This record gives sequence, structure tokens and C-alpha cells, in this order.
Amino acid sequence: MKTGLGVFIVAAVALGSSWCGFVLAPTLQLGGAKLATVLNSTDTYPTQRTGDATLGLQIYRANGCAACHTEQVRQDGVACEVLLTGLGKNQPEEFKKFVQSLLPLPEWQHHSKELTAAFKDWNGTLPQVVLGKTDKESADKMADLLKAAGCKSETRIYAFGTDIARGWGVRRSVAADFLYDNPVQLGSLRAGPDLANIGVRLADANVQLQHLYAPQSVAKNSTMPAFRYLFEIRKIGSTPSPDAVTLPKEFAPAAGCEVVPKTEAKQLVAYLLSLRANVPLYEAPFTPVISAKP
Amino acid sequence: MNLNETRISTDAEINASLRVSLLALFGGAAVWLVVGLALGVVASLTFHKPDMFANCSLLTYGRVAPAANDALLYGFCLPAALGVILWIFARLGQTPLALPIVPVVAANLWHLGVLTGLVGILVGETSGHIWLEFSRAASVLLFAAFLLIAMTAAATFGARRERELHPAHWFLFAALLWFPWIYSTANLLLATNAPVRGVVQPIIGWWFANNLVFVWLALVGVGTAFYLLPKIVERPLATTGYALFAFLTLIFFGAWCGIPAGAPVPAWLPTLSSLAGGLLIVPLIAIAIIVIKTIGGAKVSCSGGPFCFTKFGMVCFILSGLMYAAGACPKYSRVLEFTWFGPAQVQLQMLGFFAMIMFGAIYELLPRVMNAELPFPKLARLHFWVSIVGVSLFVIPLAIAGVEQGIKLQHANVALADVNASALMFFRISTIGQLILLLGSLLFALNIFVMTIRWKIALFKTALAAIKAPLPVSEVKA
Ligand code: HEC
Repeated sequence: MKTGLGVFIVAAVALGSSWCGFVLAPTLQLGGAKLATVLNSTDTYPTQRTGDATLGLQIYRANGCAACHTEQVRQDGVACEVLLTGLGKNQPEEFKKFVQSLLPLPEWQHHSKELTAAFKDWNGTLPQVVLGKTDKESADKMADLLKAAGCKSETRIYAFGTDIARGWGVRRSVAADFLYDNPVQLGSLRAGPDLANIGVRLADANVQLQHLYAPQSVAKNSTMPAFRYLFEIRKIGSTPSPDAVTLPKEFAPAAGCEVVPKTEAKQLVAYLLSLRANVPLYEAPFTPVISAKP
Repeated sequence: MNLNETRISTDAEINASLRVSLLALFGGAAVWLVVGLALGVVASLTFHKPDMFANCSLLTYGRVAPAANDALLYGFCLPAALGVILWIFARLGQTPLALPIVPVVAANLWHLGVLTGLVGILVGETSGHIWLEFSRAASVLLFAAFLLIAMTAAATFGARRERELHPAHWFLFAALLWFPWIYSTANLLLATNAPVRGVVQPIIGWWFANNLVFVWLALVGVGTAFYLLPKIVERPLATTGYALFAFLTLIFFGAWCGIPAGAPVPAWLPTLSSLAGGLLIVPLIAIAIIVIKTIGGAKVSCSGGPFCFTKFGMVCFILSGLMYAAGACPKYSRVLEFTWFGPAQVQLQMLGFFAMIMFGAIYELLPRVMNAELPFPKLARLHFWVSIVGVSLFVIPLAIAGVEQGIKLQHANVALADVNASALMFFRISTIGQLILLLGSLLFALNIFVMTIRWKIALFKTALAAIKAPLPVSEVKA
């Protein structure tokens, strides 16, 4: 390091190597990423956004929503759950005995507390959780045993972690979720909740609009700034606008006026509603809950 | 070779060559410092009264907060750094600034770029990438201005009379290479019409942010301190060997940090970053040892002068580096990620470490370069104490709020509203810290502006005297 050239070369090697690692390599590895396939299905993911939602992403960018919101769910891991869905010819009491018989076996010992608790006051209602949180191997073994005993069971995979417990998503966010975003706004601060699944969680467009107009009207003591400049307050003409936002009394405009979202607000909400990272993928598996009842 | 050329330049010549360029760089930097801190106060008002700017799109949090950060980084840190680099290169090389007019043009381009960029953010024209919010026009201006100044610095470096390299040279020279490389990469791949797709965007964004906010500021700040400290205590840097070690480990480990541990990207990326983050401790320790060994036991009174600023800046650097390394460790990152801890580290890096080193350097160099005392030396000393209090009140509560927020977010049964409610008390204190920092920045700006105005008046008077001087008799006749 006696000459300027020496310093130049050393610095170029240091920065150049990280450039190859963090700029070139990811571009080569992920730059040509194709649509992912939804697990156990032929559907592809993600689906292209509608025009309004695509424009809404730009409203989200221009107003800096990502300064307070992330769009990335974390998980601690995945686990399996075994559900008893049918008893076959067995009676509940018989089944309880069957469970009792498993307890002394070495492979079920570390589940014995859980099994005992699960079936202590069970009166035969179905479906019933047999194993709540276990690995794939034990789940398969249990499923085989149940089958041999003539019962029906279902094994479900699920992701767990605090974000998921908060209801912010059903699985962690993965690269595929962001394929169609430009710019990709993962966010780095959670002054507000994660929005990766806000389209599932808060699917009512009117509530979304109401929240943007007056966050405190939806969440008491909300520290989210109000975005009233995305709305227009105008006199109700001969016919009220079909788009007008319904608001609780203390947030409503003066009598004879209505709050109408500007185009930007509608596009922004279309974007929010398009945030639905809720399909299972190879790299983030889970068993979707089939909503049986309509 | 002409005899005149080989003669060592006098200090007066060197100082005179730097004068206009440095005033142009520092004057603008002082303005952006005030603007950035004021915008920061406006942003934090949101948490005290959320619908304050409900009808004002220009001042909504999501625009003001990035604008405040960019004003501090691009408006203050970078031009101040460039000025200090030019000064150190000229002083160490014992040579006047090469091409002294170029940095003046560049400084104006730079400040125009920052203005364009900030206005753009406030009206919603941003790229949406952290630290790259500036519009394309602004980025082009900044890039061109940086290249011009880097060229001048390189020319001054090449013309040095003192051939031996000082450790400060390595750090500052590397910084001159670093910025154009990362800034062009990030802008060309992210902020164009055909950007890279999907999560490659945030990956490059993190790489850029890390290399700018952590590595670049560290290179310039530490390099400047390695020049200033030995000069102030009048002993050599202890030692050149350690400094070389610190330099190499800083650039080789530092450049690989930045990808958060849980990011939704291929796992090898965050793994590498966590590893590099852990190794970052090595240069931090080396730098701490160098500073302690260089100034330890030195009998130099500090009393709020440049020495104080530099020392405090280096303490903040070590703290900020440790916070950064902690955030890279997967175990802590699970708790600290997405919390106020991150912004606290960034502010400590910019305001506690970098700005303090720059203040120290500027208070040290300005009287020499201008060949005049600071107009208000007492205010400069006051600025030091104000800065310490301001930085502490701003950053410490924010960091604590972050840790608390992180721990509470881990418990899914604590509602987010409660998490936010308990952070409010910390925000109140940190807003006070911001106000104190704003006051300090005004003291700084006052010294610089009065100095500039006095210099301009003196120039004007000399010019006037030249005009009024009685003409030589020979010319009157003709
Ligand atoms: C200053 C930080 C801040 C900014 C900026 C911000 N938000 Fe929020 N946001 C919050 C907070 C805090 C909450 C939680 C309280 C609430 O629901 O109002 C929240 C909640 C939300 C929710 C409801 C989430 C849920 O789970 O119920 C949505 C939707 C939302 N924000 C969208 C946006 C959009 C869109 C923008 C940009 C136009 C934005 N936010 C900007 C802080 C912010």
C-alpha cells in the first residue's frame, strides 16, 4: 500500500468481490425467475395484478407507506398436525383406550402429555386434534396407526411463528411473492402491522377507505397519519355519490357533505386488496384450510 | 524542470487554493444539515399528533421521513466529506488544489441535485428504494458532481510533493472509488425503466445502503480521524501496521454486510451477511485500539474543540458498529429487525459519528483555510456540548424503544397498539433530542455563514480599494 495504484487495486478487489456476490450472482440466479407453481395444484403464482392495483402500488410508493409498513412475513418453522376426522367402527371410549395403549411406547413418550391432555375430556366430537405440533415422521407414523385402527385422519402442514400468530399471514414471505412488484417495497420498520396479507385480512374496500381517511375511526389511538388529501369532501348533489365513504359520526364531514375517494385512493385500496400471499409453495408449504361451510 | 515547480508550496498557497471550493461545499452542507434536522422534527411530530398533516401531502410522514434522511446523508454528510477529503489531500501532499475551479462548479451541481431530489420526494417523485429516493435527474447531478470532485482529488493526489502515503490516504482514496461504483450500480439496476425483477431489487438496495451508510461513512470518518488525531496530539498514528489491518478488514468484511437475516431471498445471501457482520468486530476493535493508543495520555485540552468532536465521534462509531453487528446476528436480528433499533443505529452513524468528525475537521480547518479566526469560537464549543446532549437524547431512547418493541412483538398476545403506545414516551424524549440537534446545527451554520460573509465583504473592500486607488499619472494623461 505504498502507492495510489496499490490502494486502488485493493479497494477494487474488496468492493468488486461483494459486487459479484450481492449484485451479479443474485441477478443471474433470480433475474430470470419464472412463475412458481402452487403446491399440489397446476395453478401458477403470483397472478398478475389488475390495472388499478398496479397503479395503486405507485400510490403506495409515492406516499411512502413502506416507511411504516413491511410486506414480509417471518416464520419460525413448519410443523405437522394430525386430525382425527372419522372413527370408523370405533366408539369414542374405545379410541381413548387405543390412545392410552400408545402412551407407554417409547416413540410416543415425548407426546404423552399432549395426548393425555387432548383426550381427557373428549366426548367424541370431530375433527379432533391428535397431535398438535410434531414432525413429518411422527405424523406419518400416527396416521398409519390410525388407519390400521380403522379410523380416518388428516395430516396438515402449517407454519408457525409470532407473525403468523398475529394473523399477519399463513406462511413466510418468499421471493416468488414479489415477482410482479416494481418497485419491490419490503419495508424495514414495523410502526404499523405487516401488510403482506392485508387483502385477506381486511377485504372490505369501504373499511380500507375509511381507515385511510381517518385511521382512528377504525383503530382507536392509531398512530397512522390520516391521508385525507386522497379524498374529496363535497356537497351532496341531487344524488349521493355511490363511492362515498361511510364514516362514524364523529369523523363524518359537515351535514350535507360527503367524503368521496379520489382515483388515487381507489387505486391504493385496489393494491392493498391485491396483497394476498396465501397459497402454499414448494419453499413455503402449508395445507390450506378448505373452508367447508359456505 | 522549472525550478518554481519543485519548490514546496507554502501553507498560504495551499489554503488559498482551497478557499472557494470548501466554502461552496460546507456552506451548502450546513444548509442541508439544518433542513434535514428540521424535516426530521416534522416527521416525528406524526407520532405525537398523527393527523397533523392529513391534508398536506407534502408533509406526510412517508415523504418527510426519507427526505430528512436524504438531506442529512446526501445534503450534509457527502459534501462535507468531499470538502474534508480535498483539504486532507492538499495538506498531506503539500500541494495546492489541482483544478481549483472544478470543485466549485461541482459543489453547486451537487447542491442543486440535492434540492431537486428533496423537492421530488416531497411531491411524490421517488424511486421507492431506501437511500435511493432521489429522482433520476437528481441522481445524475449528484453522480456528475461527485466524479468532478473525485477527479480533482485524484489530480491533487497525483501532484503531491510528499510521496509517502499516510493511512488517511487509503481510507479516503477508497471512499472516492466506492461511491461512484455503488451509486451507479444501484441507480442503473433499480431506478431505470427496466429495473431488475423481484427480490433482486431489495438485495441490490441492501448492498448499496450498507456500502454507503456503513462502509462509506466509516471510510471517510475513520480516515479523517486518523489524520486529525495524530495532528492534534502531535504524535504519530499508532501504528501504521494496525491501521492497514483495520483498513483491509473494514473493506473486506464491511462490503458484505447488509442483507437482513430473515429476508425472503435465497438463504446463502443473509448467511454471508451475518458472517460478515460478526467479523466486523475485528476492524472495530482494531480501530478502537489505534485511537486509544494514539491519544492515550496525551496532554491536550479538549474543552469543546475539534479534539472533543473527533473523540466523541469515534466513540459513537464503535457503538454504532457494535449495534450494526448485533443487528446482523440472526439471534438478535429476530428481535431487533423491523424495530426502531435500526433507525437508531443509522442516526448514530450519521449524527453521532460522522457529523461529529466532520464538525471537528471543519472547525479545525476553516480558520486555517480562511486565514481568520472563527467568528464565534464560543458557539463552536457550545455546539459540541449541544451535540452530545442532542445525540444522546435522540438515539438512546430510540434504541431502547426498538429493543422493547422487538421483545413485545415476539409475544403475539401483546397487541400492536400497546406496543406502539409504550414507545410514545421514548419518542417524546427523542424528539427533544432532535430539537437540540437542530439548535446545534444552527450554531454551526451561523459560524460558517458569518465567516463566508466576512470573507466576501473583505473581497469586496479589496476590489473597491483597487478601483478607488488613484490612477498612475501616466494613464491619466493618455
Ligand atoms: C407513521 C407510520 C404509518 C404510515 C406512514 C402508514 N401507516 Fe398504515 N398503519 C400504521 C399504524 C400504527 C397502524 C396500526 C393502527 C391502525 O390500524 O390504524 C397502521 C395500520 C394500517 C392498516 C391496517 C392494518 C390492519 O392489520 O388492520 C392498513 C391497511 C394500512 N395501515 C395501510 C397504510 C397505507 C396504504 C399507507 C400509505 C398510504 C400507510 N398505511 C402509511 C402506521 C402507518
